[in-house]
Amino acid sequence: MEPSPEGGGTYADMLIGGLRITLTVSVLAWVIALALGSGVGVLRSLPNAWPRRLANTYIELLRNVPLLVQLFLWYFVLPEVVPEAWGDWLKSLRDAPFYTSVIGLGLFMSARVAVQVSTGIAALPRGQMAAGLALGFTLPQTYRYAILPNAFRVILPPLTSETINTIKNSSVALTIGLAELTARARAIQEFSFQVFEAFTAATLIYLAVNMTATVLMRLLERHMRVPGYGAK
Amino acid sequence: MLGTFDFQAIVHALPYLFEQGMVFTLTLTVLSALGGLVLGTLLALARISGGPVLATIATGYVNLMRTLPLVLVIFWFYFMVPYIGQWLLHEPRPIKVGGFSSALLTFIMFEAAYFSEIMRGGIQSVARGQQAAGLALGMTGGQTMRYIVLPQVLRTMMPVLLTQTIVLFQDTSLVYVLSLTDFLGAASKIAQRDGRLVEMYCFAALVYFAICFLASQAVRRLQSRVAIIR
Repeated sequence: MEPSPEGGGTYADMLIGGLRITLTVSVLAWVIALALGSGVGVLRSLPNAWPRRLANTYIELLRNVPLLVQLFLWYFVLPEVVPEAWGDWLKSLRDAPFYTSVIGLGLFMSARVAVQVSTGIAALPRGQMAAGLALGFTLPQTYRYAILPNAFRVILPPLTSETINTIKNSSVALTIGLAELTARARAIQEFSFQVFEAFTAATLIYLAVNMTATVLMRLLERHMRVPGYGAK
Repeated sequence: MLGTFDFQAIVHALPYLFEQGMVFTLTLTVLSALGGLVLGTLLALARISGGPVLATIATGYVNLMRTLPLVLVIFWFYFMVPYIGQWLLHEPRPIKVGGFSSALLTFIMFEAAYFSEIMRGGIQSVARGQQAAGLALGMTGGQTMRYIVLPQVLRTMMPVLLTQTIVLFQDTSLVYVLSLTDFLGAASKIAQRDGRLVEMYCFAALVYFAICFLASQAVRRLQSRVAIIR
C-alpha cells in the first residue's frame, strides 16, 4: 500500500493535488450545470412551443454526443473555428485544459440536469400552476415561489446521482491533459510500476469522495423536506 | 478557420473510419451489452434471492462499480487482467491480453452493475402473486424465474436496457485512453496524421449524434409499443 520508498511523500502529494483538481473542476462544472440546466429545464416546461423546441434541441445535442468528443470539440476544434485572434488567445491560455474541462463538463451535465428539472416540474400537480396564476402571481412569480421550490425537492435524489456523475465524469478530462485524480494515478503507475498501489489509492479516494457527496446530499434532502409533503 | 474546411479529408478517411473504427465500436458495444445483461441478471438474482452472503457480495460489487469513474476501471482492468490471468491459469508470467479483449472484459464487468440495477427494478416490479402462482403449480423457483418472471422483465425493461446500451455505445469512445482504434480512435489517428483535427472531430461528433439520436427516437417509439397496460 505504501508508495515506493523513494519520494514516498511526493506520490501522496500527487494524488492529493489530483484530488484537488478533480474537486475544483467538479464543483465549478456542477455550478454551471445547475444554472444552465435549471434555465433550460424551465424553458422545456413552458406552455409555448418555441422555448420548448429550443430546450429540446439543446438537450438532444448535448446528450447524443459522447463527453469525450465534446471535450475534443471544445479543446481542439473551437480555437480553430473562431476568428484567428480569439483562437490564438485560447491556445495561449495556460490553464486551457482546466477551463475547457469546467465548461465542457458543465455543459454536458447541464443537459441532464435540464431533463431532471423539467421532469420534476411535470411531476407536480397541475393545480399548483393554476393556483399560483389564480392568486394573481405572474408566470415568473409562480415559477419562483411555487413551482421551482417544489420541483427541486422532488428531484433532489436524482440530482444526487448526477452530482456523483459529475465527479466521475471529470476523469474523462485526462484525455485533454487535465492532471486530475485518475491521471495522477496513471502517472504514478508509469513512474513507479506500482500498478496496484496507485489505482487502489485512487479507488479509495473516489469511494470516500462519492460517499461524502452522497451523505451531504442526503442531509440536504432531509433539511429541505417539507413536513407532511412528498412521498418520503 | 471554417474556410479551410476540407471535406475531401473526410471522404478519404471514410473506409478506415467505418471499416476499422465503427466495426470495432459496434462489436464492442453489442458484445458488452449482451455480456453485461447476462452477468447483470445474475447479479440481480444474487441480490434478490441469493442468500445473505451472495447478496452482500453482489451489492458491494454493484455499488463499487457505480462509484468509480469508467476511465479508472478501464485502467484497472488493462493493467490487472494479465496478472489475474496469470494467477488463475497458474502461468509463470503475466498472460498477454489484447486491447480488444481487455476493453470487452472491462465493459462487461462495468455495465453489468448498471444492467443489474435495471433488472432488479424489473424483477421487483413483477407482481409477487405470479411467483407464488408458479411455485403453487409445482415449478421450482428457478423455473418460475426463467419462464414467468424474466420474460416479462425483459419486455417491460427493454426500452431502459436499450437506452443504457446507447449510453454504453457513447462510453466505448473512452477506449481512446488505451489508444485502441474504435471510431473515435480512428478519427483521432487520421486527425493527427493529416493535421485535420477540425474535420475529423466535427465529423465524429456528427456521426455519434446521428446514431444516438436516431436510436433514442427508435427506443421512444418502442417504449409506447411494448408498454403492457396493467
